[in-house]
Amino acid sequence: MSEEKKLPRIEIIEKYCKGCHICVEFCPTKVLEMKGFVVSVKDLEKCIKCMQCELRCPDFAIKVHAE
Amino acid sequence: MAFDYEKYIRPGKLPHIWCPGCGHGIVMKGLIRAMDSLKLVKEETAIVSGIGCASRLPGYIDCCTLHTAHGRAAAFATGVKMAKPEMNVILVGGDGDGTAIGGNHFIHACRRNINMTYIIMNNYIYGMTGGQFSPCTPTGHKASTTPYGNPDPGFDIAKLAIGAGATFVARGTAFHANQIDKLIAEAIQHKGFSVVEILDDCPTTYGRRNKFKSVIEMMNRLKEVAVPVKAAEKMTAEQLEGKVLTGVLHKVERPEYCEEYAKVIERAGGAK
Repeated sequence: MSEEKKLPRIEIIEKYCKGCHICVEFCPTKVLEMKGFVVSVKDLEKCIKCMQCELRCPDFAIKVHAE
Repeated sequence: MAFDYEKYIRPGKLPHIWCPGCGHGIVMKGLIRAMDSLKLVKEETAIVSGIGCASRLPGYIDCCTLHTAHGRAAAFATGVKMAKPEMNVILVGGDGDGTAIGGNHFIHACRRNINMTYIIMNNYIYGMTGGQFSPCTPTGHKASTTPYGNPDPGFDIAKLAIGAGATFVARGTAFHANQIDKLIAEAIQHKGFSVVEILDDCPTTYGRRNKFKSVIEMMNRLKEVAVPVKAAEKMTAEQLEGKVLTGVLHKVERPEYCEEYAKVIERAGGAK
């Protein structure tokens, strides 16, 4: 019955990421994680498209593409 | 949909020089969103700065920019505005640049009420030069030049601006990122000298000397100390102890300097 959820696309520009953890910490559903020095997507299914990571990233490294 | 910051950034300038977790990047994004919401034309917008970490900001934004002497952003910006009153002039700088070395220029720009917007990123320290204490470093806090704690009380930039005669004063924090663009947009639209103080974090030279374990701890501190002005009306003096008010703190109308100066020119019979 459940309609398939349309997932956003989280674009991470690794060249810009300085690994400050802000996005990982302030994501309300813990979608992101650190992989080495840069951020990566851990669980895209949980994303609620709140855009908090994109808003708070000081390094212009995250973009959330959602319709 | 993701916001397209790139259209306001000079090609090839990113990644920027600011340290991991520095809030200046968050403020720059707020400024770009504010510029976009007001549809400012790049050719008619000038961003002026002095020296310091925050003052590196104009280098990244694709519009008319001016990177000037330490503390002299207000002086150079006044020149730009007087020569071209139709331009939107935005000043950016840090607390050391704006209130210590440029303190004199800052108070007199406030007094004149010239139609410009000053964004002060207050990170409580001189970040770029090695973490010396600034006039905004809170009492007891440590800096490279006050290793046993700062004996001076810190400036309240908003109160200083109101006292000096600024007609629009607002305060935000780097944590409350979605509020920054709204405050800056309102300040740019205000006719007169508008000051927006953004409380910021400097994990490299301030945080590590003052026992902040991480950037997250510094961000959470900003979250804890900030109280919106509306919420503060219902709070007692005891509850407000140690808190900082955020939002639009002061907004009045007063004759604007460029217009008043044009009248002087007219009275003198010049500039036909």
